Parts: sequence; structure tokens; C-alpha cells
Amino acid sequence: MGLLTKERDIVIPGEALAEGLDFLPGENTYREGEQIYSKVLGLVTVSGHVLKITPLAGPYIPKPGDRIIGKVIDITMSGWRVDTGTAYSALLNVKDATTRFVRKDEDLSKLIAIGDYVVVTIIKVTSQNLIDVSMREPGCSPLPGGRIIKINCQKVPRVIGKQGSMISLIKQKTGCEITVGQNGLIGIKGTPAGELTAVRAIRIIEEKAHQDGLTDKIQQFLEQK
Amino acid sequence: MDVNSETIARLASTGQRLDGRNVQEYRQPIVIETNISWTAEGSAKVQIGKTVILAGVKLAIEKPYNDTPDEGGIMVNAELLPLSSPEYEPGPPGIKAVELARVIDRGIREAKAIDMKKLCITPGEKAWFMMIDIITINDDGNLFDAAGLAVLAALKSAHFPVVDPETGAIDYKHKTEETLPIIKEPVPVTIYKIGTSLLIDPTREEEDAYDARLTVASDDKGILSALQKGGDAPLTMEEISAMIDLALEKAKFLRKTLNSLVKS
Repeated sequence: MGLLTKERDIVIPGEALAEGLDFLPGENTYREGEQIYSKVLGLVTVSGHVLKITPLAGPYIPKPGDRIIGKVIDITMSGWRVDTGTAYSALLNVKDATTRFVRKDEDLSKLIAIGDYVVVTIIKVTSQNLIDVSMREPGCSPLPGGRIIKINCQKVPRVIGKQGSMISLIKQKTGCEITVGQNGLIGIKGTPAGELTAVRAIRIIEEKAHQDGLTDKIQQFLEQK
Repeated sequence: MDVNSETIARLASTGQRLDGRNVQEYRQPIVIETNISWTAEGSAKVQIGKTVILAGVKLAIEKPYNDTPDEGGIMVNAELLPLSSPEYEPGPPGIKAVELARVIDRGIREAKAIDMKKLCITPGEKAWFMMIDIITINDDGNLFDAAGLAVLAALKSAHFPVVDPETGAIDYKHKTEETLPIIKEPVPVTIYKIGTSLLIDPTREEEDAYDARLTVASDDKGILSALQKGGDAPLTMEEISAMIDLALEKAKFLRKTLNSLVKS
């Protein structure tokens, strides 16, 4: 009876986490009979009687309110189709893209062309996984040049840090504009050297995401530069 | 990613790259391991940066071709595994796989790198044929150079299997001390043109952004054995000369790396 694993243990799907009715299955876990099992590869978190797993890998699941970076892949009658990096593409309606009046026969590619990257917020995800995005939310705009990298989307919270501490540290030390999308795409714009340092710092975070004292390590790394 | 392509082109014009390398610098580490397969007569694994490629050499006795009755043969096949890049799909080889195999094949064949006459056992009847397979494990750009190195290393490490003198059957489980009659070691180097600058060893992002490329295979005396041009943009005579000069210089570097890591 009781816990079969410890806090911060790495577990695999199907691994038993706890036995008996003293614990409750939380995120990414399920109960079968007497035992609670993990659904994913991840780290165990025990908060009171609830067991949760923080996934280490896995695809991005779109959620309303998430700010993501998408690539425009098509222009439709009334807007743009945006590749979100998931199995489902999103629709950006003209009315959600700009505050200015757009005439009926206007060429939409003058506003946003195919191949452009946009920072958008997910406003709705239906049960059929149709995604609606908007560019009228704060911080949303077409992405300025620079470079884009893709990281494991499960590491995005570590890249941002507590209340944005990590990302503001990198921004401050490298002087780059950095936009982090919840889907794992990161847009970086600055001087070539600054961009490179930022990319390296983010790669270190991605690699060492589950270690303690990461902000200090990144601070050290950035100060060496 | 199109944003990256624009940035790559802008940086290239000032002699810079996304990953901070010099435009004429190979990625590190370059790792070459031989004898990685028990079933092949010769095999090698090459890693350049994050690109990983395997090559294997199988030897078989076949009837020589009618136009070259006293020579053995060489066949090169490349397979771009879906696990190596999101771009690749399972199925018959696509244009990229065919091009890779043919460029490597031409480099070795036209350099006369292997003494084909020594591969002949009985003229018109029996000769050794080399089947070379190239398999990508991870494609982070520059497959041509990596594959060229892998095939050379695999050829250098190959040993003939034991042949039963009476029945003529090949015992693939046992190898002899005899190695392939390699005369020259042609190394392919691919030079990419982005804007007006020439660079080598591109990453996958840079491969999406190039205008033209030229693969130059050359031996240790600097004699060219094969050229292959790719990409949409044209090349001027001066550019081709500059590319060949650069390729010869970089071939020396690659050959030195190969010889330090692989003993023939």
C-alpha cells in the first residue's frame, strides 16, 4: 500500500505509481483496479494526495489561450490557414488578423503572405480539433525576421521560467527580441552573435530542463560570453 | 523555414553562418568508425556534426558484363531512411537518393579507384562484384561528403570472404586477410553557393537556402574524377574554378581525417 515511486522519479507509460485508495490520479495518470499508472514518460509530482506526471516528451496539444508561432500555409476566402506544428492546422480569420477594414476583393497576400510566420493566440479548439487563432491579442503580430528554432514543446515552461525569469535573463544578456510559442517554436531577432548565444542558451535549457538550479547555470553561461 | 533562409542569405553575404561557424569550416566532430556490421564485408559509420550515415560493402561472385569480360563491377545504392529526416518517406528511392548514389558511384568509378581487373577471377565467367549500400541515420545536411567518406572507409575496411576452392561457394562467415585493390581514394566535397558566397558542410537549414551546389570528387594528387551540379542558380566559370580550388583544399583535410581514423 502507498507510493511505489518517489517525487521526481522518471517513469514510463504503464508504470505503477501508487497502490491503494490513499492517492488520486491527476494529470497524465489513470487508475486501474487498486493501482495508479502513468500515461506518459515523465517526472512524478506528488501534491498532497494527487499524483501528477510532468511529461518529458510528446506532441503539442492545442489549448485555448496559448500563444503559438505558426506558419501561413494557405490563403482561403476569408483568412489564412496556419500550420501550428500539430496534426491540425488553424484558421486565422481576416477579422481576427487586423483592426483595419479589409475590402471584399482585397488581395490577402498583401497583408500576410504564404510562408510568413505569425505569432497568434488560440481562441477556440473544437472537439473535432478545428483551431481558431487570433492576432488581435496582446503580443501577437507577424514575426519580424531573424531566426526560428524548434524545441521540444514540453520544455517551453522551463525556457520561459518562473514569471518569465529565464527568458528575460536571456533577452537582457543577448539583447535579442525573443518570442516563445507554446508549440515549441521560438523566434529570435537580434545581432548575429546575440542570436547565436540565445540559441545556445535555449538548447542548454532544453537539454538540462529537469535539473535544479538551471537559471544560475544559464546566467553563468551567458556571463562567460 | 523561410525566415531562416532569409537570415542565412543575409549572413552569408557577410561571411557568417547561423551556427557561428566560418563559411569554409566543417562541423565538429568528424567521427569515422569501421567494421560496425558483422554481415557486411566492409562497413563504416560516419558522423559530421549531427549528420550520421552508414555504408556497407558486400562482395559477391557474378558473371562479368559482356563489354568488360575481365573486370569486376561496382553498384551503389543509397537509402534515405524516414527516421533520418521528416522529409523522407518509405518507398522506392526518390530523386535525392538516386542522385546521392550516382554521385558517389561516379566518384569511385571514374577515378578508377579500384583495380577492377584484379577483381576478375575467370575472364568472361567469374568476377567479384561490390555492392555498396549507403543508409542515412540522421540527415542534418551535407549527405554527399558524409556518404563519400563512409563509402571510402567501408571499402578500405573490406576483406574478401573465404571461397571454397572445390565447390566455389562463398563462406560469408569467415573473412580472409585479403583487402580490396584500392589504387586511389577519391573524396567528394560539396561546395554550396548562397548569394555570392561559397560555403561548405551546410546544415539542413542551409540546404533549404542554397542557390547552387557543386560536388567535386578528387584523388590525393588533385585529379578530378567527377563533378555534379545541383540547384537552380547558374554558375560562372570563375565560380566553378573557385569552387574546385576550395574543394581540392578541403578534400586534403577530409583525406587526412580519414587516414588518421581508418587504417587500411
